[in-house]
Amino acid sequence: MARVLLKELNKKFDGTHAVKNVNLEIRDHEFVVLVGPSGCGKTTTLRMVAGLEDITSGEISIDGKVVNNLAPMDRDIAMVFQNYALYPHMSVYQNMAFGLRMRKFEKPEIDRRVKHAADVLGIHALLERRPRQLSGGQRQRVALGRAIVRNPRVFLFDEPLSNLDAALRVQMRVELKRLHDRLETTAIYVTHDQVEAMTLGDRVVVMRDGVVQQVGAPLELYERPAKRFVAGFIGSPAMNFIAVTITASGDALWAEAPGLRVRVPPQKTERLRRYSGQRVILGLRPETLRPAGAGASADYTFGSEILLDTRVGDSPVVARVDPGVRTSAHERVRLSFEPERAHFFDAASEAAI
Amino acid sequence: MIEGARWRKWLWFYLPLGAFIVALLFPFYWMIVTTVRPDGELYRPWNHPLYSPFWTSHPTFEHVRDLLTETLFNTWMLNTMFIALASTLISLVCGVIAGYALARLTFRWAGILGTTIFVTYLVPQTLLFIPLAEIIRDYRIGDTPWALILTYPTFLIPFCTWLMMGYFKAIPKELEECARIDGAARWQAMLYIIFPIAVPGILSAGIFAFTLSWNEFIYALVFLSSPEQKTVPVGVTSELIRGDVFFWGSLMAGALIGSIPVAFVYSFFVEHYVAGVTGSIKG
Repeated sequence: MARVLLKELNKKFDGTHAVKNVNLEIRDHEFVVLVGPSGCGKTTTLRMVAGLEDITSGEISIDGKVVNNLAPMDRDIAMVFQNYALYPHMSVYQNMAFGLRMRKFEKPEIDRRVKHAADVLGIHALLERRPRQLSGGQRQRVALGRAIVRNPRVFLFDEPLSNLDAALRVQMRVELKRLHDRLETTAIYVTHDQVEAMTLGDRVVVMRDGVVQQVGAPLELYERPAKRFVAGFIGSPAMNFIAVTITASGDALWAEAPGLRVRVPPQKTERLRRYSGQRVILGLRPETLRPAGAGASADYTFGSEILLDTRVGDSPVVARVDPGVRTSAHERVRLSFEPERAHFFDAASEAAI
Repeated sequence: MIEGARWRKWLWFYLPLGAFIVALLFPFYWMIVTTVRPDGELYRPWNHPLYSPFWTSHPTFEHVRDLLTETLFNTWMLNTMFIALASTLISLVCGVIAGYALARLTFRWAGILGTTIFVTYLVPQTLLFIPLAEIIRDYRIGDTPWALILTYPTFLIPFCTWLMMGYFKAIPKELEECARIDGAARWQAMLYIIFPIAVPGILSAGIFAFTLSWNEFIYALVFLSSPEQKTVPVGVTSELIRGDVFFWGSLMAGALIGSIPVAFVYSFFVEHYVAGVTGSIKG
């Protein structure tokens, strides 16, 4: 129902530059996830959209209207907080009705909307309870209900699932996604959990130190990370990084490191040619590695897969392999991979080559 | 506690608890005994054969009757009640609003202002009454209840402000932010969300402020002079101690009756008050 535009957005607190020149277009109905390690500016960005934080410079507009100086109440948004922020002195019903009451809705309309939201979320039986009588998952639902009764133009989520236990988090994640599909509202979601980001987002925005590193669909980030940071942040277990030297022999380029020699795939040869004789970073996803021949050391077993904790030269390398592979610790293994699935990063700028 | 170590519990828990209770309640017991003791017994020397300091065998209400009929005690009670309620109300309104501002609004000098307000609380009354007396004379409100209603807030407002500031700081900021996104202006978020949650804090601030002004002595002694304007603490001590003659029976009766409203206020709000101290305000 709304398009959110962030233009050259900056936020400075005393001494720290929390958000730096963020440009982002969030399309109508889109579910955008801001993800990054703590302190990367994702929550501050969200709070600026909500109007809870002043904007140092730049512009935020919703549906073409600049909202920089608009109070939170006038932006027609709803926000779900990490600690749910339910009003402890009010019943669930009153919690959900509060926003509508403040906006002077008629009593029957309030009742209709609250009951409808309660049905959608399956919390009809809890309407007369107080927040302290609810479990974590129930509180979460009430917080969601309070957001959806208002029928806002934009939903903002600030790490809403991080206070739930692991099993419930997975369940709520699915429900959230389903809810968003059903409501067809623009949503901005902040999390530090890359799995959450990948499963929920139509597009994911990876941030670090206040700077947007890359924006893209989940698979795009996974397959074509623009920076070493994004490559290491997205995917679990994390991508392996090995410092290699590029050497030219005839037309072909080779990436070399102690214990490793691989031919640069033809489609990357052109771009890597100017690095010839220099060091670059080779990135390998654990799932692209396969044992070649016999032997490897099994350190973690999940049942469905085995993580091999190995070293190539000085670099630690994790490989995710079939549980059928039988190895023992301290054994030497040969690993192979398709060169097409390798990533190369500039050693200095850390940008993808 | 480990089974079989019951004596340990007695030694380290019940015994100290008992001693504590006795030490706390003894003054009240003494007040009661002295109130109902006839004069003849009160002034009996310690080496008299019938000397019995801790009980009396001839209880009498003569001191209470004297207090209520021979002195202006009823007037003093009404004066004290009016002054305590009015100054508590003023201080509570100012303290709650100031405490909220200091806890929530981030303005430039908030920290320093908070500390300054606290420092004013530390100025001893025995020093402050001198300039205050001058002001009261200039405004010609000496010897009226207003002399106290307007001076008690000098120590009650800093007290309430600090108490409320701490209480407001403990309420998660997100509640208010959520209310403001929900469509409430700041004053509405304050009125509908923060204040109802802070009721236990407001009550305890009110109880303490009421007790402090009910018991206040120095300002009342200095600023009021005619007997019919006095408050209980001043009235009882100035009218029932004449020269070196102490009317112990009536004095204690006055103290006893004078402490009833405070005890009443405490017991009336104790449920709410304890709930506020122990209850969770987490969302």
